[in-house]
Amino acid sequence: MARMKELRRDPERGVLAGVAAGLAGRAGIDPLIVRVGFIAASFAGGFGFALYLLGWALMPGGDGGRAPVERIAGKRETWLVVAGMMLLALAALLLLREWGIWFSDAIVWPVILAAAGGALIWRQSTASDEPAADRPASTRATPRTAAVSLPRDVMGRAFVGAALVVGGALVFLWLNDALRPARDVLLAVVVVVVALTLILAPWWLRLVRGLTAERTERIRSQERAEVAAHLHDSVLQTLALMQKRVDDPREVAALARRQERELRAWLNGRRAVAGDETVALALEAAAAEVEEAHGVPVEVVAVGDAPLDERALALVAAAREALVNAAKFAPESPVALYAEVDPERIEVFVRDRGPGFDPAAVPDDRRGVRESIVGRMERHGGRAVVHTAPGAGTEVELVMKR
Amino acid sequence: MSASVVIVDDHHLFRAGVRAELDGLVDVRGDAATVEDAVRLVLDAEPDVVLLDVQMPGGGGVEVIRQVALRRPAQRFLALSVSDAPEDVIAVIRAGARGYVTKTISGAELADAVRRIADGDAVFSPRLAGFVLDAFAGGLPAQEVDPQLDQLSPREREVLRHIARGYLYKEIAQRLSISTKTVEAHVSAVLRKLQLSNRHELSRWAVERRLVD
Repeated sequence: MARMKELRRDPERGVLAGVAAGLAGRAGIDPLIVRVGFIAASFAGGFGFALYLLGWALMPGGDGGRAPVERIAGKRETWLVVAGMMLLALAALLLLREWGIWFSDAIVWPVILAAAGGALIWRQSTASDEPAADRPASTRATPRTAAVSLPRDVMGRAFVGAALVVGGALVFLWLNDALRPARDVLLAVVVVVVALTLILAPWWLRLVRGLTAERTERIRSQERAEVAAHLHDSVLQTLALMQKRVDDPREVAALARRQERELRAWLNGRRAVAGDETVALALEAAAAEVEEAHGVPVEVVAVGDAPLDERALALVAAAREALVNAAKFAPESPVALYAEVDPERIEVFVRDRGPGFDPAAVPDDRRGVRESIVGRMERHGGRAVVHTAPGAGTEVELVMKR
Repeated sequence: MSASVVIVDDHHLFRAGVRAELDGLVDVRGDAATVEDAVRLVLDAEPDVVLLDVQMPGGGGVEVIRQVALRRPAQRFLALSVSDAPEDVIAVIRAGARGYVTKTISGAELADAVRRIADGDAVFSPRLAGFVLDAFAGGLPAQEVDPQLDQLSPREREVLRHIARGYLYKEIAQRLSISTKTVEAHVSAVLRKLQLSNRHELSRWAVERRLVD
């Protein structure tokens, strides 16, 4: 089969189905030669024609599609069920005949046809959940859509099944000569059905379109309701709070920033899901917490991302501590947090533009930096460096191997 | 002579706010709320710099740049936005804007950024530096890489990382023991790469971000 995949039909350049063009392209010769060969062989008892058909059935289409044979084999299960039903029906008939309960040979083909059709239809109705499961998530999100319009190939198979059953019944009637008196009636029925179809088709079409329009409208209004609910829960509440706190600009700014952060996360669809945490999300959450607790804006810039493992958790905790320190000792300036995740390591820089300090002058009993930042990083195989000098701001550099 | 500027943003409040902040610091020649008005105003007023909102109805900042560039190719733009959707920001930069700052920037800093753009420099906010590092991260098959355009030099990366960490150009110059002019040259080179590289990674990255976010 692997060799077959390299050999592809070329419908774009082909005259019929592109078999000759495909073969020629593979062999590197002019398609005309192959075509002449096929035609010549066709005069030899239709041999070339048969070859062409075989080629069409076995060669996949040029656009990466599958060969017709493969496509049918792909629905093997359905066809196996149908063939099985036919054999079962045949077996039942043989059994009946063996027992002597026999009407006439004329019922054999109709019964088998009807069995095959019935099998198709029944398989369709019992397996109707199955196609829904492998459709993409976007369409699965609206189950109602799935219920109203069946997928095209399901409809197709049901139609083939129905045609087989009806065909079986007709063949039975015809073989038993029961059709002759009924022929006039049948003709009348066919004429009436055609006429009714012509009359009712526009109505039916309009009904279907109306249903689709209604469905779209319903989905849209659901979305609108969701947005409205969210805006009410968050933005409107915050705006109300801000109006009450107009005399406290710091609080108002903090409220505005928190709301901005929330709204942005919501718009980006990044609602934090438990168990789905990443380093960047955790750092942003830590920044938001510190910002809220201390009223100092924290600007987070993250490059790359990684899942949150134990070491990354330690890193985030250390970064959080650094943010708290920056907010405490440099409350008048914004804090910048920069995180870079690459395959080997995670680096985090927390920088403030505050007064800075002289590291040598920090008394030994001050455990903040030493324990919760440097110590924590070192326990997890990372390192922390504090760059600072009086008047130059402070930057905490955290590096963790991955 | 102070730099002249035109403000383009579809939010009235923001235009008024930015105007008030910039008044006295730079020469504000007018503001516009739609793509059409903006194009007409920019061609009339011929400002040194256009402060441009990234997200606007009718094609956004990208459309303004595209239409102005047809008739005034030397016009300089600075993107100013609350939107931090990376693909939008990168799109505006690739269309020709020489910098990107967020709307939370202070008036004095914004005026400074306008002056630098007017002088022909590029202005990268920490956030833009992060986006760019992200965009140029990851390897490419060797034969597809044009090192002139598709990769950042180690020095350029170092400068961008410092910007992302919140350092000013002169602080970066001091830390890396180079001149401020050299820092500016590195940033301009990065801007050029960002605009000219047809590194398909940039577009693929944008698509991935949209899916992941």
